[in-house]
Amino acid sequence: MFDLTGKTALVTGASGGIGGAIAEALHQAGATVALSGTREAPLRALADKLGDRAHVVTADLGDPASVLALPKAAAEAMGSVDILVNNAGITRDNLFMRMSDEEWAQVLDVNLGSVFKLSRGVLRGMMKARWGRIVNITSVVGATGNPGQGNYAAAKAGVVGMSKSLAYEVASRGITVNCVAPGFIATPMTDKLTEDQKGKILTQIPAGQMGSPEDIAAAVLYLASPAAGYVTGATLHVNGGMAMI
Amino acid sequence: MSDIADRVKKIVVEHLGVDEDKVVESASFIDDLGADSLDTVELVMAFEEEFGIEIPDDAAETIQTVGDAVTFIKGAV
Repeated sequence: MFDLTGKTALVTGASGGIGGAIAEALHQAGATVALSGTREAPLRALADKLGDRAHVVTADLGDPASVLALPKAAAEAMGSVDILVNNAGITRDNLFMRMSDEEWAQVLDVNLGSVFKLSRGVLRGMMKARWGRIVNITSVVGATGNPGQGNYAAAKAGVVGMSKSLAYEVASRGITVNCVAPGFIATPMTDKLTEDQKGKILTQIPAGQMGSPEDIAAAVLYLASPAAGYVTGATLHVNGGMAMI
Repeated sequence: MSDIADRVKKIVVEHLGVDEDKVVESASFIDDLGADSLDTVELVMAFEEEFGIEIPDDAAETIQTVGDAVTFIKGAV
């Protein structure tokens, strides 16, 4: 239904559960993908699994030089970057009163600063092509807040406001900028929770279960596709009804 | 030298979709040729490519008319 044949996509954080599923979905729809992350081995394993049309471009989004180089490296590998999925993110959770300047700065820098810089880095090519898709992975906590995640929630809410501003600027050039906001998604991280912890989380979710990385990937695939050309500045919440906003 | 002016003119005509006779030296991209701020960014990008030069942001801000562009490019190539 969503055909990305001939399109090129850069996915950050592709070594993670959600990023990997996003890359796989875009690839399956026909896109050439550039898999980015800090660790090469899992990216290489995913690229080998996908086969043709998969490239590995490592980058450390905490390093300014690495952020600057990534769009160029991806464009060199694929010929262009038609679709950018800003999925990479980090957490440095702490109670507000205990949060260090460094914990604050690191999360803002990687989760918001790199999204700005990578988006800026791919815009030139998209403007010339008169076609582009930027899909930013935010979070339900950017809208609801979450204790212990003042830095993370600030960065994720920041991504939403930034995306809307950019969406205004480039809409006339055939470029859309949207967000996908996951709720609780089953990943290796949530597997570590106890049954008791999981039970408490599930009581907040009307759907009665955690989402899967594929649920997020499907939302990204839609927004990245030509079918979503008239959707821009939107945030698509994928959270099983946990927050209906 | 007039070659540069002709190439600039051609880019402006193509990019902004305006009549060739309106693209005179004194014409302001925004006030006379109907460009918006994003158009001016794209024009600068097109000039950079056509002439193989780098136009820094502070210089780009001073390029407001067709003549400004021609003068800058003549100095840069």
